[in-house]
Amino acid sequence: MPPGTKLFDFSWTVGHLDQIWTRIIQHFQLIIVPLLIGIVISLILAVWAVRQRWAYAPVTLITGILYTIPSLAAFAVLRPITGLSFITAWIPLTTYTLLILFRNFTAGFTSVPADILEAAEGMGYTRRQRLLRVELPLAVPLIIAGIRLASVTTIGLATIVAVLGDQFGGLGQLITEGIQTFFPTKYLLGAILSVILAVGADMLFVRLERLITPWARARAGAR
Amino acid sequence: MAVQSHQAAVVEFDHVTKHYDTPTGRRKGGPTPGAVNDLSMTVPAGKICVLVGPSGCGKTTSLKMVNRLIEPTSGQIKIDGVDAATRELTELRRSIGYVIQQIGLFPHQTIGENVATVPRLLGWPKPRQRERSEELLAIVGLDPAKYRDRFPSQLSGGERQRVGVARALAADPPIMLMDEPFGAVDPIVRDRLQNEFLRLQEQIAKTIMFVTHDIDEAIKMGDLVAVFQTGGHLAQFGPPLEILAAPASEFVARFVGQDRGLKRLSLLRVSDVAMQAPVVARVGEPTADARQRASAAPNGYVLIVDGANRPLGWAAPDDLSGGDGVSAEMANPVSPLVNKRTTLKDALSMMLDADVQTGIVVDRTQSVLGLVTIEAVARKMREGEHSPAFDDLALLAAEEEEDADGVPVRADAGAADQAALEGA
Repeated sequence: MPPGTKLFDFSWTVGHLDQIWTRIIQHFQLIIVPLLIGIVISLILAVWAVRQRWAYAPVTLITGILYTIPSLAAFAVLRPITGLSFITAWIPLTTYTLLILFRNFTAGFTSVPADILEAAEGMGYTRRQRLLRVELPLAVPLIIAGIRLASVTTIGLATIVAVLGDQFGGLGQLITEGIQTFFPTKYLLGAILSVILAVGADMLFVRLERLITPWARARAGAR
Repeated sequence: MAVQSHQAAVVEFDHVTKHYDTPTGRRKGGPTPGAVNDLSMTVPAGKICVLVGPSGCGKTTSLKMVNRLIEPTSGQIKIDGVDAATRELTELRRSIGYVIQQIGLFPHQTIGENVATVPRLLGWPKPRQRERSEELLAIVGLDPAKYRDRFPSQLSGGERQRVGVARALAADPPIMLMDEPFGAVDPIVRDRLQNEFLRLQEQIAKTIMFVTHDIDEAIKMGDLVAVFQTGGHLAQFGPPLEILAAPASEFVARFVGQDRGLKRLSLLRVSDVAMQAPVVARVGEPTADARQRASAAPNGYVLIVDGANRPLGWAAPDDLSGGDGVSAEMANPVSPLVNKRTTLKDALSMMLDADVQTGIVVDRTQSVLGLVTIEAVARKMREGEHSPAFDDLALLAAEEEEDADGVPVRADAGAADQAALEGA
């Protein structure tokens, strides 16, 4: 940091709100698509692995290997194929969600007590009805726990996308530029906003879970 | 209850067998738990048939083959003559009420929604589902306004079990399958739930198949009892009194227990025994007449009753003296009062407690209907009694064991009990 540089420059911040806002929007674009696709893929994999027990181990292994691929290497490999685009950023970010989401989703489905499944089957639920009306709602607490973890992880990971260039940089771009130009206000902003985004997302999902699982609170409530 | 259609179906097992492959893949070498071997029996419409036996005897397997949670290896299960295997699976299951020990209420649905499960699957209109679920909550003794919107986690074990029964009844199925339905609640609640369920069955008259490992519950709940033996054999099938009086094999005799005479006593009621007419003397009548009748009475006593025919007590000829006529003070109130619904076990116990041989049977207004004697009870117990050869074998074995301890042994428990009754 050059001498005389302020740690945080409020007037710069106020003067560049539009630029900061653009980075926030970019960051959203970076995380929402991988999360949605990751959730869909993981749900399908989890339902399959719960039905076909043998599938659990190989799926865990493959998603685990995907999780260990360094993101920089993934960008390098994908760039010649998908070019400098959001897709290059989305693919690794999606694969990183799979391990967390898949394991939580399967845990959610297997946490449904056997007597409830037997009662449902004995009363004449079809397999699909049982999945959608009994297993899925009862798995919600663990499903949401997985989504919370995955979203917090993805929000942090997405800052590295800045290496792909400033069209998709998101909050990572602020951080990179701040470091390169010895301007702390920028990297502090990038870091703080990223943390706020992560905490906000986490709180949002906690709220959502409470809203859609009223029965879980009932226990503590009456009686 | 006008809302119940009283429909019930006949369930017929026709040479039904279920084999399981053992984990090692070998089928030979002893029966696997839960297997069923050539089961043939018919459960008549509107009756409670209890399947009872030790664990692994195939009773639960037999139950689950009715709604095809388990498919038989061979044989047929017919419901009102139709082979269950030919029916569409979900349609079959929705037409059969199902109650399990752990209840399996859906924790994410309210009590009202839980009860309306099958009507919802059947696509009933919403208002009708709601109406039906409230009606059923009321039938099982839960105030709909109070319970409808609660979640299962907010209910006690007994309340949840009632909801389980209501849910099974929701679409008015002709058959109910109950797998140890009262197994998870404490004995006091269990007793209450059993009584409530028996009262409910009087109204709904469903065909009920009920699994338990508890012989006392089987005897109490069953119109018919099917005793299963390890290996999936049906050891005996008949009314509980018949199974207690004449066990078909040594296994059944052992399973129902040494105290099966007492168990029969608890099933029989005072109304099952021939009552004797008492010799009575009314308060206020001349003592001389009463004394004369007392002397002539078979037991040497008259029963003094008040103006409303209520019993005051017994009087011997010597008690009946004085010129003011028969009075309440002359009566010795010793005999226990029983009614026609009192079990013989309770009546006998009361007589033994009071050290008398006679109980006075009264009606609801406490007026005398007649007398029940220990001798009459003993006579009733001899009816249908059948002491099979294996009983003697079992007792011989017991005798040898006890001899070793130097404890005197009775020749035959049943006969000794009767002798004791007659001699008392």
